Amino acid sequence: MAGAPDQRKNGTRAEGGLATDPDFPPPAVDEARLESEDRRWTPGKIALWAAIALLGGVAWFMLAIVRGETVNAIWFVFASVCTYLIGYRFYSKVIERYITGPDDRRATPAEYKADGKDYVRTDRNVLFGHHFAAIAGAGPLVGPVIAAQMGYLPGTIWIIVGVVFAGAVQDYLVMFFSMRRGGRSLGQMAREELGVIGGTAALIATLLIMVIIVAILALVVVNALGESPWGVFSVGMTIPIALFMGVYLRYLRPGKVMEVSIIGFVLLMAAIIGGGMVAQTEWGATLFHLDKVTIAWGLIIYGFIAAILPVWLLLAPRDYLSTFMKIGVIVMLALAIIVVRPEVNVPAFSEFASRENGPVFSGALFPFLFVTIACGALSGFHALISSGTTPKLVEKERQTRYIGYGGMLMESFVAIMAVVAAISIDRGLYFAMNAPAALTGGTVETAATWVNSLGLSGVNITPGLLSETAANVGEQSIVSRTGGAPTLAVGLAHIMHQFVGGTAMMGFWYHFAIMFEALFILTAVDAGTRVARFMLQDSIGNFVPRFKEASWRPGAWLCTAIMVLAWGAVLLMGVTDPLGGINTLFPLFGIANQLLAAIALAVCLAIVAKRGTFKYLWIVALPLAFAAVVTITASYQKIFSSTPAVGYFANNAAFSKALADGKTEFGTAKTVTAMEAVVRNTAIQGWLSVIFVVLSIIVIATAVLATVKAFRDRAAGTPTMDNEDPAVPSRVFAPAGLVPTTAERELAAEWAKMPADARLERAGH
Amino acid sequence: MGTGIAAVANGFRGVARYLGGVMGADAYAKYLEHHRAAGHAEPPLTEREFWRDRTDRQEQNPQGRCC
Repeated sequence: MAGAPDQRKNGTRAEGGLATDPDFPPPAVDEARLESEDRRWTPGKIALWAAIALLGGVAWFMLAIVRGETVNAIWFVFASVCTYLIGYRFYSKVIERYITGPDDRRATPAEYKADGKDYVRTDRNVLFGHHFAAIAGAGPLVGPVIAAQMGYLPGTIWIIVGVVFAGAVQDYLVMFFSMRRGGRSLGQMAREELGVIGGTAALIATLLIMVIIVAILALVVVNALGESPWGVFSVGMTIPIALFMGVYLRYLRPGKVMEVSIIGFVLLMAAIIGGGMVAQTEWGATLFHLDKVTIAWGLIIYGFIAAILPVWLLLAPRDYLSTFMKIGVIVMLALAIIVVRPEVNVPAFSEFASRENGPVFSGALFPFLFVTIACGALSGFHALISSGTTPKLVEKERQTRYIGYGGMLMESFVAIMAVVAAISIDRGLYFAMNAPAALTGGTVETAATWVNSLGLSGVNITPGLLSETAANVGEQSIVSRTGGAPTLAVGLAHIMHQFVGGTAMMGFWYHFAIMFEALFILTAVDAGTRVARFMLQDSIGNFVPRFKEASWRPGAWLCTAIMVLAWGAVLLMGVTDPLGGINTLFPLFGIANQLLAAIALAVCLAIVAKRGTFKYLWIVALPLAFAAVVTITASYQKIFSSTPAVGYFANNAAFSKALADGKTEFGTAKTVTAMEAVVRNTAIQGWLSVIFVVLSIIVIATAVLATVKAFRDRAAGTPTMDNEDPAVPSRVFAPAGLVPTTAERELAAEWAKMPADARLERAGH
Repeated sequence: MGTGIAAVANGFRGVARYLGGVMGADAYAKYLEHHRAAGHAEPPLTEREFWRDRTDRQEQNPQGRCC
């Protein structure tokens, strides 16, 4: 039985100061019992953790030290999973013990604000899946592919170590603090904790970052669909499919979400197969063969219409499809990697690891590798999800470690799978696909010659392999299909065809991968535009009150148009950029995302300091310092570097000078118009970098000031103000993690013995 | 044999229920449960009304999706 049953019956617990209802079993496992369960090391438990540590150690040894001619992909799985388990079991418990200090005697917003709609207690395992589906998207699938330019090891280390010490910490803390504040958003928390200046800077930075992220995600889709009739057809079909699902759910059978998702999924598969057939017909190949600029304009127009259409018609049904696909794809990919166990022949560190002029992304390993891989290691965007929806659904405070920290570990694993997919294809193929057309020349012959001229060890690619791979995946060409998505799709097709279907299925798998990435991204584009529009409306509303009314059509449409034009301009800039859009813009995406992470961590730092936890402040300060150093260094280099490949203004100056000298071609730009485009683009990108970094420094500085003030106040004995919602005693119980402990099971059994009505009556209101 | 099939069917149903939970398919059931427990006097929304209200609220309060 639990530690002190008599004490539990008194109801009041002096140490927490929160009186729980004496008529109910306790809503929390007794602290002493919890402590002893945690601290008792049985031989079985010791053996288990020793085995996990040993397996992880061997796997890291195979990846980092042995690294023979080839390395088996299964070691990536072992190294990552064992590290995650250890990080989860040990490090996240340190955070729980010294920083968050969850108290299950307190009701969560889902309990004290329960409304059956937004605030609903949700089973922890269901919420884990829900939260994971909300945070994982195309980001962790794209960044690691691009970063594979430098070899597999730098990216792998950053993804695994980064998530344990940074990404998962951020997600967990933001979720916990938002939960203690009734599910408030990051923006609201920034304003409360950092004051008007810090809060406003955080708001503007978030808005700009959103624009950049949407634009670059859209660029990934455009690059994947350009000159691909199959892709254009099947991704285009997702729109009528989603519309049909929307009408079905609204008018035919409301609420039948699973049913309509399965119908939608079947239709999607039919669209992929149909796309292959259509692309083979002459009319199909002509009709759906679109160049990138046309697709970009199509996407801009689509983005505007999608963001003003009712949610039920397009966004909600596509969300269901996207969630359905997400979970399916990730489970499938994990199974395939474990079953197929592909051999990897990419070196741990490639020739480009020590250079700053790689063809896929430019810049040195430090800091640019750490911004190229944002999602999967540390993603600021998650802070927007972890504050808001999920905290309103959490059942018990102690579950946030499992959902917040654990959910992010899961996303990191997706990134590791993307690494494996990218490096299991031929290295020559990788560079032919990911270098801009300005370098590869765009044809199989020129691309093969260029790749072989790089002098990469063990790389000798033939034009035949390039055209054969293209034919296998049902594309006209795969040369210079930058953006990460096509490479991931080839990698996935390469792994999956060994698992199901053979070479004949490669085209299907390739377009399946393109389809799900496009689906995630289109949803993110639509939702991102809506959120950004609301933020803009809210900001303008401070001066013109009418704009605050969300239902005022002209205001909503005007703000939507402004946001779409903003990301559309960046998108077009990337599509038409003679230097290759991904090459120059992707670092900006990573910088933006991690500056947002720095902002989120800065807010957490201020909160932790105000709670008086100074001794363990380093847990927040460490990832904050790293993110700040990486992004500020990267921004600094993007702004001030004298190497034109890295510095926006250096490039700008070089091209301006060439124009002034009357040259008609310079570097990779072959015409005067192209040269002018480079001058314009680099200026915009450069100034965006300046604005981002200035705003972020303001936010971080205000957070540090708030921290110092909290420290002084504590030293002087002045009480600090706390923005948490008042504690309300909880009248429910649920276990904290995936597997309930003995104590949790006993307590749950006690609760189950309570008459159902008595429990509901008290718990509900 | 029969129990084996039953076990598989049970497992399948469990997976379907879990997936449904993750996608929010059980939102109306949970709303009804809350409504009953809270003892509101007015009748609950019908299924059709509930889902309409849900998407309309999403309209007023958009949530980002991750990259």
